[in-house]
Amino acid sequence: MTVKIEEADKTLTAFLSGEIDHHTAKPAREQIDYAIERGGADVLRLDFAEVSFMDSSGVGLVMGRYRLMQSRGGQTFVQNATPPVMRMLKLAGLDRLPIWEKEEKKK
Amino acid sequence: MKKPKNEVKITFHSRSVNERLARSIVAAFAAQADPSVSVLADLRTAVSEAVTNAIVHAYPDEMGKITMTLKLYDDGRLTVKIADRGCGIPDVAEAMTPLFTTGGEERSGLGFSVMESFCDKVKVRSKVGKGTAVTLYKTLTEKGGESR
Ligand SMILES: Nc1ncnc2c1ncn2[C@@H]1O[C@H](COP(=O)(O)OP(=O)(O)O)[C@@H](O)[C@H]1O
Ligand SMILES: [Mg+2]
Repeated sequence: MTVKIEEADKTLTAFLSGEIDHHTAKPAREQIDYAIERGGADVLRLDFAEVSFMDSSGVGLVMGRYRLMQSRGGQTFVQNATPPVMRMLKLAGLDRLPIWEKEEKKK
Repeated sequence: MKKPKNEVKITFHSRSVNERLARSIVAAFAAQADPSVSVLADLRTAVSEAVTNAIVHAYPDEMGKITMTLKLYDDGRLTVKIADRGCGIPDVAEAMTPLFTTGGEERSGLGFSVMESFCDKVKVRSKVGKGTAVTLYKTLTEKGGESR
């Protein structure tokens, strides 16, 4: 999997693509955390549009970033979750977290 | 149980790159029964969870071997057994409880829950110091697809 990071107006967007598993989640989270810690973003957006596979490692990826942003007083949003990604996040109960914007919520 | 019409057994090292390999092998094997895209996706996810557990938990500090046995039956049922000779699980019922993890921050404790909701049945046999075998049961197609 690859992560492309864009930063503008205190918002950091991580475009994830490919397959998210335990093997690929580690470098991805390191890359995202580095960008969070280096910059001063208030908002993190995790974009799943190009994610073709995700197991429960992706839940850890979202939760870990959510906690990191929260500890810095920031917010996290999940966007463009594909059906398999949405299913996994719902199974983990993440549909109850404040990480969804109105149009996204409960697809 | 009747004899499988096809069977594959592979052994691989507990390296995390093999998580993807295991998913690909299972998907290629299951394709013989012509399952739907969503059945295949469920299967790949469940296998990913079981193989990841063997890699992460069974052999925390060493490299070990993992054996995956795939069996396909005439009626469209598939079983996938993922076995390791690692540390074993002291309390299987506790390990299978949603959110239970011994794996720290980035593990969600949802692996077994995912396996159970994405398969028809999950069977776990484990012995401390000997290893763990997880068997996933999944019906691929009601009629069994092509019967060659
Ligand atoms: N193959 C295994 N060998 C040893 N322990 C295991 C194995 N599989 C699972 N476990 C134990 O069961 C727990 C729960 O597994 P799981 O539901 O996949 O959650 P997670 O992997 O996120 O911890 C693990 O934290 C671990 O303690
Ligand atoms: Mg797991």
